[in-house]
Amino acid sequence: MTPVLQTVRLTHRYSEGTPFERVALDSVDFSAQRGEFIAVIGHTGSGKSTFIQHLNGLLKPSSGSVLFDGKDVHSSKEFARQVRFRVGLLFQYPEYQLFEETVYRDIAFGPRNMKLKDDEVDERVREAADFVGLEESMLEKSPFDLSGGQKRRVAIAGVIAMRPEVLILDEPTAGLDPGGREELMENIIRYHDGGKRTVIYITHSMEDAARTAQRIVVFNHGHIAMDGAPKAVFRRGFELIQMGIIVPQITRVMMRLRELGLDVDDSVYTVDQAIAALRAGKGGGGHA
Amino acid sequence: MLRDITLGQYYPGDTLIHRLDPRTKLVLTMVYIVALFTAIVYAGYALVFLFLAVSILISRIRLKSILSGLKPLIVIVLITGILNLFYTKGEHLLVHFWRISIYWEGVETAVFMALRIMLLIAGTLLLTYTTSPLQLTDGLESLLNPLKKIHVPVHELAMMMSIALRFIPTLIEETDKIMSAQRARGADFETGGLIAKAKALLPLLIPLFVSAFRRADELATAMESRCYHGGEGRTRMKQLRMARRDWAALAVGVLLLALVILFRRLGI
Repeated sequence: MTPVLQTVRLTHRYSEGTPFERVALDSVDFSAQRGEFIAVIGHTGSGKSTFIQHLNGLLKPSSGSVLFDGKDVHSSKEFARQVRFRVGLLFQYPEYQLFEETVYRDIAFGPRNMKLKDDEVDERVREAADFVGLEESMLEKSPFDLSGGQKRRVAIAGVIAMRPEVLILDEPTAGLDPGGREELMENIIRYHDGGKRTVIYITHSMEDAARTAQRIVVFNHGHIAMDGAPKAVFRRGFELIQMGIIVPQITRVMMRLRELGLDVDDSVYTVDQAIAALRAGKGGGGHA
Repeated sequence: MLRDITLGQYYPGDTLIHRLDPRTKLVLTMVYIVALFTAIVYAGYALVFLFLAVSILISRIRLKSILSGLKPLIVIVLITGILNLFYTKGEHLLVHFWRISIYWEGVETAVFMALRIMLLIAGTLLLTYTTSPLQLTDGLESLLNPLKKIHVPVHELAMMMSIALRFIPTLIEETDKIMSAQRARGADFETGGLIAKAKALLPLLIPLFVSAFRRADELATAMESRCYHGGEGRTRMKQLRMARRDWAALAVGVLLLALVILFRRLGI
């Protein structure tokens, strides 16, 4: 099956040809199948934000290519524009991009740029607003009068209204309170719709990544350092820590227990898994 | 990309020029400019040029950086040169056709005027290349201090200047981010006529202004909560102190000016 998104030896250098040149991505090979739910992690400056900006064609690779449905994103201007709409990208702190007089018009910005008919735009705006839990009465308010959490919802609705096949989010939950985080993650999972759409999101929280994603991609120094199921990634907890990634507390407890000589599975990332692992370990140790 | 702009950027270093007190460098730059405008012909210009060349050598700033700083001014230099070439009357006629006549004096003036502008910019570039914005405003504040007597808010002006300088890169970065975000929603900043382009800027400018005001507000609160209340009784962690090298540098500056004035008297 053709992957929905694929990068081939994708390399990106900032400030090319000046004394400040810096390699942000170094020959990255990556592919995502339709319906996947992928978490991208890595410490600040590892290249993950630069990476996702290539996936919808915002940044042009210095060398290498990005393919959407097997076709080079930059093969024509027309296709590049289409990809912008089919791969929705939500930036970090997206509430700072709001600009319209009313919430309604702000959400409609994307669909209008797609040159859709007025009734289609209207339908999409209302659907997207409803999806993120904005009430009808909010639509006529100024986005600048809303609270931080509500602004973020408006911004997300603005991307969802384009009905992208792939939704990419850069730290969508940063700066939200725990309740807001929970709600937002639920929305994202709902958008994924059991595999009908593809979701890729950057997060700093290994807990979030482990809980929601089917696959975790770890970036380090402009390379993909690990790529696999959460369990496989967590099995390399020590390497993760060396890369400056904070692993869940419970994983660290289990790693330490293992260090102390207890034969337990330390690739766990929830308390329940840890209890199960300890029980299994205890059963095994009972003979001694 | 926007972040590649390098106008008057500071190049950190640890040379004699970098270590000079910012006040010394400011005064020297002024002396240099006065000398540049006092010089009329060859010997004077040669001396001023020598002064600049030696300073650049000591500072280890690459010639390429200075030249790239001069690039935007090529048009102005050319226009000044051409105007002087055609409009200066003299005794030694070189070319004459139709109603245009070019004199030797015109060629001389054109070359010297073009040189003057380039030397002026190169000298001030050297100042900003070797002095951090913070040092520069500190030096300026200290130099303008006497104006406090006539109630000029020197400290406040210097503070505003350093805050403005400090936020230029931040705002450039912010502009970059907002542009990308709007592009991701299909905004098009490149195509269309003048009106379409101006309209397309709204989704960029409005969030940018909102965020600039928000930043200003946050900064004001942060300053107030650290008891900032203007210049009165404010002390500094890094005191400006004139060292021996500063006096030596100033002496060189005075010598330069004296020689240039002498050359002017002699007409060389």
